Amino acid sequence: MRELDVVEVTKAIKELSMNSNFEIGEDVLAAFNDGLENEVSPAGRAVFEELIENAKIAKDERVPYCQDTGLAVVFLDIGQDVHLTGGDLTEAVNEGVRQGYEEGYLRKSSLDHPLRRKNTGDNTPAIIHTRIVPGEEVHVTFAPKGGGSENMSRIAMMPPSKGREGVIDFVVDVVRQAGSNPCPPIVVGVGMGGTFEYAAVMAKRALLRELGKPAADSDNAEIEKEIFERIKKLGIGPQGFGGRYTALAVQLESANCHLASLPVAVNIQCHAARHKEVVL
Amino acid sequence: MKKITTPLTDETVKDLKAGDKVLITGEIYTGRDAAHKCFMEELDAGKELPFPVKGAIIYYVGPSPAKPGKPIGSAGPTTSYRMDVYAPRLIELGMKGMIGKGMRNQEVKDACVKHGAVYFAATGGAAALIARSITAAEVVAYEDLGPEAVRRLTVEDFPCTVINDVHGNDLYEQGVKEYAEA
Repeated sequence: MRELDVVEVTKAIKELSMNSNFEIGEDVLAAFNDGLENEVSPAGRAVFEELIENAKIAKDERVPYCQDTGLAVVFLDIGQDVHLTGGDLTEAVNEGVRQGYEEGYLRKSSLDHPLRRKNTGDNTPAIIHTRIVPGEEVHVTFAPKGGGSENMSRIAMMPPSKGREGVIDFVVDVVRQAGSNPCPPIVVGVGMGGTFEYAAVMAKRALLRELGKPAADSDNAEIEKEIFERIKKLGIGPQGFGGRYTALAVQLESANCHLASLPVAVNIQCHAARHKEVVL
Repeated sequence: MKKITTPLTDETVKDLKAGDKVLITGEIYTGRDAAHKCFMEELDAGKELPFPVKGAIIYYVGPSPAKPGKPIGSAGPTTSYRMDVYAPRLIELGMKGMIGKGMRNQEVKDACVKHGAVYFAATGGAAALIARSITAAEVVAYEDLGPEAVRRLTVEDFPCTVINDVHGNDLYEQGVKEYAEA
């Protein structure tokens, strides 16, 4: 049994909240450069130029890439041989968010209640997804999620008769309807199977995968490819100005499901696709 | 690239076409969901809006906090459709421009044509880059709304693209038409 003081979690969250907002991933930058080279629309290529320059400014000056520094979404994979000491884990996460958002001059976008809508003032509480896993490590992932892209996400509880084509049509339709709203070129996270809530969490987890890396399941990888090709033909393009690069990637995860069900969740992510991980 | 200055006039607005790249210089006002709700409440109560609406441009943005020595933090556009329910009323009162990202509904587009207003998009996500064209920022109303407060921004060559013009054109529709494949 390994002991780990939750203050380490606070420190990690604080750093990750800032770094994930200041530095976008190398995989995302590579996708921007690919777009700059291969997008057919001149307006689309101009967008990639701006995004690359924006990423450089954000990293060099340590300012947020986007003003919407997101709700604080945190994934914790906790080894079952770890004993967390020194306080409440949830409070430790929230303290990290509090410190990171203050010190990093990040925007506080969390409201206390969906209808009363008072800003909590420190971007807490975080949305925390916890799993207990084998081992004695704690994997901490911070994925700030902007509202504009999150609002374009959808879930469908399909009859199984809809099958593969039904899934593909639904995902492509969600992207078409989102159009220029979620800051294309987007990343499309898909969770297929599971239950209603599990599909949505899978869709969000799918966004954490390295861009361009296909799904481990070969059927899923084929579906990703097919959806990606269909999205290319929509013509929406970077920022909706027209073009082929409406999406940078489609990332699909699946799970077992009930014999009566075919749940499909689509979590739309903006082009910044922010997330950072550390292992404690 | 067209250079324009605020406040906007009918003549300036008429010259702008969907797809034009534009650099804006002058003063613009920020306002998003919560501020627009307050605007409507002011108007319903017969009060003045907290900014001069004639010829004004509203930028749909909730900036991140300014670092010491900087006028503003990162400041890219938010998604505009959430302001669709409020925009026509402001356009009727003489607002001439809106800056945001994403599609508008038919009511907003019709109001642009009828009353002479333009909808611009700034590059969503390019918030650190966009902030470089903002030289001053001052809260003018609803300070308690934090990032959603109304600010007067002084901008120099603020970069954006015309999406909806006074002639009824829509760049988003044109883009899809040009690049979609069956």
